[in-house]
Amino acid sequence: MITLENVSKAYSTGAPALNNVSLKIEAGEFVFVVGDSGSGKSTLIKLLLRELLPTSGKIMVNDIDVASLRHKQIPKYRRKLGVVFQDFRLLKDRNVYENVAFAQRIVQTPSKEIKKNVPSILSTVGLAGKYKARPKQLSGGEQQRVALARALVNNPPILLADEPTGNLDPKNSWEIMKLLEEINERGTTVLVVTHNREIVNAMKKRVITMNKGVIVNDEKEGTYIDEI
Amino acid sequence: MTRRKVHTSMRFSTLIYTIKQGIVNIFRNKWYSLASMATISACLFMFGIFYSLVANFQYIVKEAQDGVAVTVFFEEGISDERIAEIGSLIEKRAEVSHVNFVSADAAWESFKDDYLGEYADGFGDDNPLPNSANYEVYLNDVSMQDSLVTYVESLDGVRRVNRSEVTANTLSGMNKLIGYASAGIIAILLAVSIFLISNTVTIGISVRKEEINIMKYIGATDFFVRAPFVIEGILIGLAGSVLPLAIIYVIYNNVIAYVSTRFSMLSQLLKFLTVDQVFQVLMPISLIIGIGIGFFGSFSTVRKHIRV
Repeated sequence: MITLENVSKAYSTGAPALNNVSLKIEAGEFVFVVGDSGSGKSTLIKLLLRELLPTSGKIMVNDIDVASLRHKQIPKYRRKLGVVFQDFRLLKDRNVYENVAFAQRIVQTPSKEIKKNVPSILSTVGLAGKYKARPKQLSGGEQQRVALARALVNNPPILLADEPTGNLDPKNSWEIMKLLEEINERGTTVLVVTHNREIVNAMKKRVITMNKGVIVNDEKEGTYIDEI
Repeated sequence: MTRRKVHTSMRFSTLIYTIKQGIVNIFRNKWYSLASMATISACLFMFGIFYSLVANFQYIVKEAQDGVAVTVFFEEGISDERIAEIGSLIEKRAEVSHVNFVSADAAWESFKDDYLGEYADGFGDDNPLPNSANYEVYLNDVSMQDSLVTYVESLDGVRRVNRSEVTANTLSGMNKLIGYASAGIIAILLAVSIFLISNTVTIGISVRKEEINIMKYIGATDFFVRAPFVIEGILIGLAGSVLPLAIIYVIYNNVIAYVSTRFSMLSQLLKFLTVDQVFQVLMPISLIIGIGIGFFGSFSTVRKHIRV
C-alpha cells in the first residue's frame, strides 16, 4: 500500500531530512512513526502528501508513483488519503457540517448524498449534536474529531495523522486514538506521527522510530524508544 | 464502513455551490469586501468625473469646429452646371463634412440682416452683390483646411476662397492638446486605480492563504479553490463600478440642469453632452475596468498561493 525505496530528501539549507529511507506498510496496518524533532517524521508525511518531492528514491502509494504525479493529478491523489494535522486546519468561517461537507463537495458528491453522509460520519466521531458549531466554539478534542470526520467522509483507504494529539489533553488524546483504532479495524490503513509515549506504549502497534532522517527501529507491537 | 461513490465529472450542483460560495465569501469577509468595493468605487468615480469633463470639453471644441466653414466664391458669368460640378468635386473630399449652396439673393438677405438692418430698405429690390453666390464648406477636421483650400483654389471657375485660419488652427491645436492631456491623465488614473485595486484584492486573498492550503490538502482542484474567489472578485468589481456610475449619473444630470437654468447665456453658447451620450462610453469602460480588475486580481493572486 505504501512503499518507500531508498528515499532521501535534502532541503536547500543543508542537512538531509530523510536519508536513504526504505519502508513498506501493508493495507490495513496501524503504524506509529516516532522520533525527536528533526528526525524526519513530518518530512515523511509531506512526501506522502506530495507537498514535497524526494531528492532521490521512489515513493509508491496505492500503486501510484507519487513523485511522477503532475500538478493536475495531485488533487485526485490526495482524495485517496485522509489527513489530520496537529493544528486541526479547519475552515474557521464554516460550521462543523460545512467543514465536513466541503471534503465531499470536492469529490462532487451529490447534495442528497452529502446530506446523508455528513451526519453519519459526525455521529461516528461523536459530534452529531454539534453540527452547527463553528470551530472556535469547540474544544481541541472536538475540533480534532471534526478534522477526523472530514478526513474520513470520502472513505480514503489511507489515513495520515501528523501529531493528532499534539494539542490535546490526555483524555481527548485517548479518545482520538480510540477513534483511529476503530477506523483501522474497519479496514483503513492508519499512519500516525506522534510524540505521545504513553499512547504508543499502550496500544501495542507497529512502531517505526526515526532519528536524524534515518529509520533506526521498526518493530511490530513496538514501544517508544527514547535513547537511540 | 461502506465505500462511498466518488464522482469525478463536473456537476451542475458543484457549479451552483461554487457561485454560492463566491457570494457567501463576500459576506464572510465583509470588511475586505467593503474595502475592495470602496477602492474600486473611489478610483472609478475619479475616472468617471474626469472622463465626463474631458468628453464635454472635446464635444464643445468639436461643435465649434463644425461651425468653421470655408467659403467658395465663383468667377463672373460661370454657368450653373459648372457651379454644380464644383460642388460635387468638393463634396467628394474626405475632409468635407457637408456643403451648403448660398445663392446671391440669399447672401444679400443674410448680409442685410447681419449688417444693414432697416438701412437696407434704400436698395429696394436690387441686389448689389450679384457675384456673392457661394458654397459654405464644412469640415470634418479643421486641421485639413489648408489642403482643402489649395485644392479648391485650383479648380476652374473659383474666384476666391475665404477661410478662418486662426480659428481653425486654434481649435485644431486645442483639440490635440485636450486629446493628449486627457489621454495622459486617464492613463495615470487608470494605472493608479489598477494598482490600488489589485493591492486591495491581493491583501484580501493573502490573509486567506491558510484556507486555500487546507482546501488543497484535502484534494481540491485548482478550479475548485479558485472559482469562488474569482466569482467574489467579479461581484466586488461589479458592485464597485455600479456605485460610482449611479452617483455620476445623478450628479451629471443635476449639474447640467443647474448650468442651464443659472447660466442660460452660457448654455446657449456651449452645448453639453447628455448623460446618455456620456454613459455610452463611460458605463462599458467602468464596468470592464471594475469587473476586469476583480477577475484578474483574484485569479492571479489565488494562483500565487495555489501551488501547494
